Amino acid sequence: MAEQLPEYRRPWYHRWAGLLGEPRRRWRALDEKQRRQANVVLKVLLVGVLFYISWPLAILIVILFAANFLDPYIPRRTPWARRALIPTIIAIVAITYPFYNGSLSEMKLFGAYPDVNTAVIMGVYVIMAIGLNIVVGYAGLLDLGYVAFYAMGAYTCAWFASVQFAKHNVHFGATDVGSTTPGIHINIWLLVVIAGILTAFIGILIGLPTLRLRGDYLAIVTLGFGEILPQVANNGDNLAGFNLTNGPNGITPIDSPGIFGTSFQTGSGAFFTGPRLYFWFVLLLVAITVFCSLRLRDSRLGRAWIAIREDETAAAAMGIPLMRTKTWAYATGAFFGGVAGAYFASFKSSTFPNDFNFNISAFILSMVILGGMGNVWGVMFGAAFLAYLNQEGLANIGHALNQTFGTHLEVPLYQFGIYGAIIVLVMLIRPEGLIPSARRRAEFHEGVHDTPLYDAQHE
Amino acid sequence: MATDARRASFSWIGGIRRAGLAPAVGTTLVVLLLLWLSVNLAKTPSNFASVALEGVTLGLVYGLIALGYSLVYGILELINFAHGDVFMLGSWVSFAFAANRLGLGAETSGFKVVWGLGLTLLVAMAFCGLLNVTIERLAYRPLRNAPRLAPLITAIGMSFILQDIGLNRLGPAPVSVPNILPTGAVFSIGGNEYRWSSLIVALTTLPILFLLIWLVQRTRQGKAMRATAQDQEAAAMMGINVNRTISFTFLIAGALAGVAGLLYALYSTNIRYDQGFQLGLIAFTAAVLGGIGNLPGAVLGAILIGLIQQFNEGLSWHAPSSQWTQSIVFAILILILVFRPEGLLGERTPEGG
Repeated sequence: MAEQLPEYRRPWYHRWAGLLGEPRRRWRALDEKQRRQANVVLKVLLVGVLFYISWPLAILIVILFAANFLDPYIPRRTPWARRALIPTIIAIVAITYPFYNGSLSEMKLFGAYPDVNTAVIMGVYVIMAIGLNIVVGYAGLLDLGYVAFYAMGAYTCAWFASVQFAKHNVHFGATDVGSTTPGIHINIWLLVVIAGILTAFIGILIGLPTLRLRGDYLAIVTLGFGEILPQVANNGDNLAGFNLTNGPNGITPIDSPGIFGTSFQTGSGAFFTGPRLYFWFVLLLVAITVFCSLRLRDSRLGRAWIAIREDETAAAAMGIPLMRTKTWAYATGAFFGGVAGAYFASFKSSTFPNDFNFNISAFILSMVILGGMGNVWGVMFGAAFLAYLNQEGLANIGHALNQTFGTHLEVPLYQFGIYGAIIVLVMLIRPEGLIPSARRRAEFHEGVHDTPLYDAQHE
Repeated sequence: MATDARRASFSWIGGIRRAGLAPAVGTTLVVLLLLWLSVNLAKTPSNFASVALEGVTLGLVYGLIALGYSLVYGILELINFAHGDVFMLGSWVSFAFAANRLGLGAETSGFKVVWGLGLTLLVAMAFCGLLNVTIERLAYRPLRNAPRLAPLITAIGMSFILQDIGLNRLGPAPVSVPNILPTGAVFSIGGNEYRWSSLIVALTTLPILFLLIWLVQRTRQGKAMRATAQDQEAAAMMGINVNRTISFTFLIAGALAGVAGLLYALYSTNIRYDQGFQLGLIAFTAAVLGGIGNLPGAVLGAILIGLIQQFNEGLSWHAPSSQWTQSIVFAILILILVFRPEGLLGERTPEGG
């Protein structure tokens, strides 16, 4: 009875489960030197496991660890070198990926390395996860309807770059679309930006009435919006006689983006193939997103978000306008959701209402949670990893397991259960995620006052 | 209402609220709804009556689920997302036990149906209650002092896990349940039959609801539950075993979900692995509509939601039909949460918000 009052006691199974994370008490008991040693042991273990799975992956991690280790030895006069070292390594590895991914040998358990199309999808999910991270990780507002923004972006792209509105005939900078093709055809890059802005606007519209609510109520309201929008899309083939979304048949095909008159669908020559172009441009989008996200985090607005997350009452007392700040978080997160949705729709050349159910919201949320709420690098890792699992990994793992044990389990069928298990395990064992931000970790371990000022119950 | 000073700094939202826009919109909506209902009543009175009866029946089943949400929310302030999936597994257990183990079917004789279903009810209640307690023990209790959103996120994860257990057991396609209850008409209104199965379902829920209210309001254990809901620390100091009380609450909520699972399987004769998510959210809406944490409110809200759903799907004059049901229910949820978060019955949550 009394024992549960000051701080929760970890149940017995956490002792074993803790092996996966850092058993907190034991960790605290170590002194500085022992901690460093433990860190080295953990890293060696990680590299060993990766070596078993696939040596190129292990070498990449070793290089990153080495870069991290060398960091203090770079002369102080060259701050750009210190800041750019690890990103440069990652950028080179990523940009050249289409050239060497075919020659990599298969991973143990995980099978072949993801192909370039999968990598594009991973990139799109990274953008979405970073967008959700702004809402959930920075501002601490749980959004269970993030898929609504993704849907908004996708449908914006679909409306203005397909034959959906065949009565009109509008062409503006579209690549590889004959000028007699009916429908509205606008340049995809323009549409990506328009979709982002429109979605941000929707985010503000949804946010204004709802952001007064406290945490869990807000989660439910966003969930409600996230459920309504796909149903509207599904029933939208006959809204008072007007075919807005083409209903369950979806809108397809959608124009492809282009650059210098080269459509991404066809590509140009053996070097600039379509998938490669998609891949490089999604990398560009990811880079822009990461840059914006990091700069936002350190801006006045970002610090206000973090202050609200940690203690709403104190933040309000310090003069932070709660509603405006939260609405900005919503709008920014929605913007990236819209951008990702528009690019994804163009990549898949289709949108269907079934792409936008609650499961996808929870899927993106589990990316953020797995990687580490609030930390862009962690979220990127979580998103890329889970998107890869979703596309190829689970099928490969299932195949490998079935071959090893002679079972007939359809692993991809249970994908959402697996993501659910990931969510539960991460929340129980390592609530700050795999690659946490130091600040978030402290919050989860020490607890914060999160009694909100705007309490719906008191209104 | 000590919030005036706060409102001053965000004056334009406060302004809208002070100007009475929200009540005006709400009143208009309710008036339009009543108008639509009365036109329907005038046009096809018999259809209206039978649809209303079905709505109340469905609402009572929703009520059982909504009570589970309300009980848990009242005591832990946790929206137990997994509850809907516990209900789904309750349907599965009832189906597996009644139809496969006991071999109940459409042709089974009356006496066997009575004891068979009674036994199934006990099995489903025990299974779901224990399942719910286990979930609480494993997934929620370790997070009791964590930031508020942590257990909510865990609950979503648990919901997915349970859903996949259901997927594994039931398969991806809907499973049809035999008509164990008699399907003949009790009475008919203008050609629309009210079936025995509906009546039995409705009549089963009522004693359970009264039993629950008696349990919470009159017994010692119920007192402990209410005390824990109000203030866990103070309750612990008064000698209440808080952990056990919370476990007991989850047991009760799970048992209710088990009853609902059985009744829903009998009523709809169709179960699916993902019914828990949809119906769970509908029931949650009902709990919010009535005032979450408030037990009679949950039942009232559930009956209203059941009526709204049946009216929407069954009425003939300008009804949006079933493809919009979900949107309507969620729109109600959003409107209630935004404009009247304390729900219809106007009570605050037991701990006072």
